[in-house]
Amino acid sequence: MTSHLQGDDAAAAAPQQPLGLPAEQRESAPPSSSYVYAIGRAGAGLDTAVPRLTGLRDGRVRTASADGLTALVSSVPADAFSEEGMKAQLENLTELEEIARTHHRVVEAAHTRTTVLPMRLATVYLDDARVRSMLRERGAEFDALLSRLEGHAELGVKVYADPRAAAADPAPATSDGPAPAAPPVSPGRAYLQQRRARRQTQRDAYRAAGAVADEVRDRAAALARDRVAHRPQQGELAAGAGENIANEAYLVPMDRLREFHRALTVLADGVPGVRIEVTGPWAPYSFATATATPPAESRRA
Amino acid sequence: MSDSLAGRMGPSSGPSPYGGQGSSANLADILERVLDKGVVIAGDIQINLLDIELLTIKLRLLVASVDKAKEMGIDWWEHDPSLSSRARPPQQVPAGQPPETGRDPLADENRQLRAELAELRAAIGTPQGSDGHRTHHEEEQ
Repeated sequence: MTSHLQGDDAAAAAPQQPLGLPAEQRESAPPSSSYVYAIGRAGAGLDTAVPRLTGLRDGRVRTASADGLTALVSSVPADAFSEEGMKAQLENLTELEEIARTHHRVVEAAHTRTTVLPMRLATVYLDDARVRSMLRERGAEFDALLSRLEGHAELGVKVYADPRAAAADPAPATSDGPAPAAPPVSPGRAYLQQRRARRQTQRDAYRAAGAVADEVRDRAAALARDRVAHRPQQGELAAGAGENIANEAYLVPMDRLREFHRALTVLADGVPGVRIEVTGPWAPYSFATATATPPAESRRA
Repeated sequence: MSDSLAGRMGPSSGPSPYGGQGSSANLADILERVLDKGVVIAGDIQINLLDIELLTIKLRLLVASVDKAKEMGIDWWEHDPSLSSRARPPQQVPAGQPPETGRDPLADENRQLRAELAELRAAIGTPQGSDGHRTHHEEEQ
């Protein structure tokens, strides 16, 4: 469909067009938007991290600062990161993974140098001036969050129940070889006995995992400053054998990371069918939740 | 704080060792954090949060477990034949009640049920329930 309207009028009048059509460059439309990865205090930490960082679409990461706060930003194509463009990207697992890993890599690199607040994926502004005004508007809130998180990192702890591992690790049986010849049972009955044993193993594994998860919470409480429960992971991306029954994040002081790690990984030792996985240190994603503001009047690129 | 995190941690246990640069962190853990956590502020370009929630479920990215999603009242996949064996054809909207969107009969039905519920509550003098509670039409039948 060809429209004879010019410039902004054409944009306003044209129906939603699928991406990929050659959009006419309008004078008023910025060719790129500013994607924000993280926010920290202005200073050497972030300034030195930036020169070596590559962001989305191989863009160079730069800083945008206001009122003593610095945002890590890179330019992204405005069309690909418009509302429609972003939705299309996030619907595609390959592209979603690319964006998520890049976002995470930038946050991670900044976090190794100084305390930062990671942004949620896909926080995009029209330009750096808008990023700076956001920093000014929310400065007090970011400042308080940064102070709270100073000197801490996030560690993830997942507890898995894995009945199959328990079954492969048979309970201490009688050591005199094969079981004494019990009165022979019919095949059907033998089958039922096996099934019962399997169910029992399963129940035991889940019960044991639940107990370990409780211990994890107790031990962690003494070492961590804060705790957030995540949803257990399931689905095709859930890595690892067994079922994830507890998935938590802890805010741990930097000087206790190793101690925390050691104290928790041993809790599943010698418990058949239960596995503990500690991940991190992460930037404090789970503890950087700012109160959402009602979206201002929607501004579109 | 200028010292690096690298070297502060012993080797990680489990199948997804922490690579220091996060490059080897498992995708589920990363998605869980970047989609679901972090600072949520209104950018100029917005994808609303619900879309992200739905997206994660739609892709079965385990960012939301199904139980949790149900708590949040998101259960459309149960009616999506491609996602669930329990899916049923969409409810018939009574004649004379054309759906407002035509795209989401469930939402329309929900609206309708909420309105009826409000009327009934008013009739028997019960205080209004919170708006966050969705009415499941299964329970209504």
